[in-house]
Amino acid sequence: MLPPVFGVLFDGLAYGMLLFVLSVGLSVTLGLMNFVNLAHCAFAMLGGYVTVTLVNDFNWPFLATLPVAFAAAAAASVVFERILYRRLYRASDLDQVLLTIGIAFISVAIAAYIFGTLQQPIETPAFLRGAVGVMGLALGKYRLFLIAVALVVTLALVVALDYTRFGAQVRAAVDNQRMARGLGIDVERTFAFTFALGSGLAGLGGALAIDIVGLDPNFAFTYLVYVLIIVSVGGLGSIVGSLAAACLIGVSDIAGKYYAPELGAFMIYLVMVLVLMWRPAGLFGKR
Amino acid sequence: MTAMALQTHDAIASRGVALAMRRLTKSFGSLPVSRDITLDLPVGARYALIGPNGAGKTTLINLVTGMLKPDAGQIMLGEEDITALEPQARVRRGLARTFQINTLFAGLNPLEAVTLAVSERDGLSRNFWRPLAANGAAIDEAYETLRKLKLADCCYQLTRELPYGRQRLLEIALALATKPKVLLLDEPAAGVPPEESGEIFEVVAGLSDKLTLLFIEHDMQVVFRFATHIIVLVGGAVFTQGTPKEIASDPGVREVYLGTRKHG
Amino acid sequence: MSASLTPQQYLQARGRWRPIEIVFWLATLTPYVLFPDYLSLASQIAAAALFALSLDLILGYAGVVSLGHAAFFGVGAYTAGIFSKYVWGDVFSGLIVAGLLAALVGWASSFIIARFRHLTLIMITLGLGLLLAEAANRANWLTGGSDGLQGMSISPIFGVFNFDLYGKTAYAYSLAVLFVMFLAARRLVNSPFGLALRGIRENFVRMPAIGAESRAHIRTVYTIAAGMAGIAGAVIAQTTQTVALESIGFQRSADVLVMLVLGGAGRLYGGLVGSIIFLVARDQFSGIAPQFWYFWIGVLLIGVVMLLPNGILGGLSLLWSRWRKP
Repeated sequence: MLPPVFGVLFDGLAYGMLLFVLSVGLSVTLGLMNFVNLAHCAFAMLGGYVTVTLVNDFNWPFLATLPVAFAAAAAASVVFERILYRRLYRASDLDQVLLTIGIAFISVAIAAYIFGTLQQPIETPAFLRGAVGVMGLALGKYRLFLIAVALVVTLALVVALDYTRFGAQVRAAVDNQRMARGLGIDVERTFAFTFALGSGLAGLGGALAIDIVGLDPNFAFTYLVYVLIIVSVGGLGSIVGSLAAACLIGVSDIAGKYYAPELGAFMIYLVMVLVLMWRPAGLFGKR
Repeated sequence: MTAMALQTHDAIASRGVALAMRRLTKSFGSLPVSRDITLDLPVGARYALIGPNGAGKTTLINLVTGMLKPDAGQIMLGEEDITALEPQARVRRGLARTFQINTLFAGLNPLEAVTLAVSERDGLSRNFWRPLAANGAAIDEAYETLRKLKLADCCYQLTRELPYGRQRLLEIALALATKPKVLLLDEPAAGVPPEESGEIFEVVAGLSDKLTLLFIEHDMQVVFRFATHIIVLVGGAVFTQGTPKEIASDPGVREVYLGTRKHG
Repeated sequence: MSASLTPQQYLQARGRWRPIEIVFWLATLTPYVLFPDYLSLASQIAAAALFALSLDLILGYAGVVSLGHAAFFGVGAYTAGIFSKYVWGDVFSGLIVAGLLAALVGWASSFIIARFRHLTLIMITLGLGLLLAEAANRANWLTGGSDGLQGMSISPIFGVFNFDLYGKTAYAYSLAVLFVMFLAARRLVNSPFGLALRGIRENFVRMPAIGAESRAHIRTVYTIAAGMAGIAGAVIAQTTQTVALESIGFQRSADVLVMLVLGGAGRLYGGLVGSIIFLVARDQFSGIAPQFWYFWIGVLLIGVVMLLPNGILGGLSLLWSRWRKP
């Protein structure tokens, strides 16, 4: 029989995996192009609402909506990249921050207008409800599913980055943009593609998040803070870093809520500030 | 080299060492960019640093000025070991440099920019109460520096609106405002059309002979005109050094530039 | 024109008061005559303008992007509130204590802030702001938490002028504080230190190459800006006799950033103009739901970034220079 702390660890890990799926896209695009995209979680929110609409209004099975959530967010990001983001790659940090915050504000307003301000519940398929008993702990099936999805995503990303030509181009461009360009790599296209991939993953994360944390129009900002913390702490451009940081934050948050609720989010902010002071580029970031 | 120039060279060499590098080494990951570089610059030197692209010339300047930390080696400014000092501390001890790509204050005009350099040097810029305009001495000195570099007539224009050749002169003006003992010029006439680059080197030629100069340059005519000693850097290491006549007649140097001999 | 001036005279002329500035400050007195029912709002605008001015010093002049500046505003507000509740109701001493404490917190965090740039810096300002906001929330025995600080007792100014519902005293007080702080900021910006700040903003890399200690400069201006933000917070606390958690939260940090950018950073008056427009608009549209307000703020932000990068004042200045030399 495992003590209840392992149950808390499990919940924290599952939450961390969700945060990882939400964050990894931002980490890679930030490391690649140094573009501060604070609208990242707005794309996640889009994916979430796509799933909600398909499941509630069109009776689609939940699992089938996941690829659509991914695709919708990816497609939306391509549109924004073409029209707006592309012009600001060399702009100041402030301009990028302001533009993307503006997009996030607009997305929140639109979501509130269409869907209202309350949380949108959906019915998850029966086989994902309930829990599995393992060594005296009740492990939620949905949480197991989350962990599985995150591991598949990690595997797919690692394989793509390390074993495909596209992945090599991304790694080269993250490492040294000027040299990559000099080698003939089309950095702009690489970025557009990576950006779409990252936003698509955010959309997937948004869809997955509905059953765990709920979806409402403020999602774009509430989770932005967590995502930014994970990206900064983990290191820009590092998948391993995002995974590690996400698990760290996920477990800290859940454990904090169980064992020290008076501290609230205090610990997470403190951890972030301390890690950044120690390693400004993040735990796994390039120095 | 003429007999007179030879005498000058020897006279300069006996004055003492203004800047010395001992076994400077730096690698980016597994890529070595500076290998065991040892050089002496005597006071009043007019030294040129040449070499093919990618030889590590700008990297060397970055190491000496402190923008890059060496993996090993020492840098001495006069008698003082400055290896551990931050870039701004080195500047205050008299080591200045210009940048190959204009690194100017685009939204300031030349008068403000040079006054800023003078203020920083004299510690005036900590003052947040007295009006800038009240610091007559600093402003006059800034204006005088600009006048000597023929920038006085455009000193109220925004830097970003200045023609490229003027901007290159402002690069030098900013460095001179720090009253350096050693000045490192990174391709001072880079990108300037030949008709205008003469102006820049006139300025360089007119600098005090107590000022020690090291300049990176690609134009061999300029090098032979102004330098008394040439250092050839190839693949991050000192390939050879000598008087302009020696370098001009060195077959190894010619091959390195024409690429028939492997190096690095 | 400038050829006939000596360099010193030229710089002197640059620092002189322009007629339009005098018009602006005279205009700030008009609410007493034109909008007597809106003096409370005017008082809040004055305090917000001071807050935006303090952000301008670090953002517009030194180039430090902060998403957590409300931390100092909040520290000032709570300090003034707690001071009046437990120590003394005099507004001026409360103001000074609040400013000093906020400056102290700013000074302490400046050691961290000055070491970083770009995203790391933004995240640290955000993180420190969130930390302080969370601390204020948790310390509800001191701050009142989400209920807000209760029990402030403000004494009449000079023993005579009470902060009443009409806002006459409140506006006079806020405006006076704003003006005095503005004079100080103006002086700072026109000093050699102000020039150094502009150098940092214009080209961070060049500064060490001219022997400048950029980090020390950033620490100094950050401390001053924090103190100023604290004073702004204290003014709000004293004139409204309440302090809520919103004064230290992320929303306020984001709002002041919007106000400053709207007006135009780096021009001293940008924050003032931006706050006036932002808060007047918010008051006029206070009936609509918050999301729709933020929809238009989003559109505004995108518009400013793409079309008016130097804010309203930047746009006006561009028009003015085009009109003068066709």
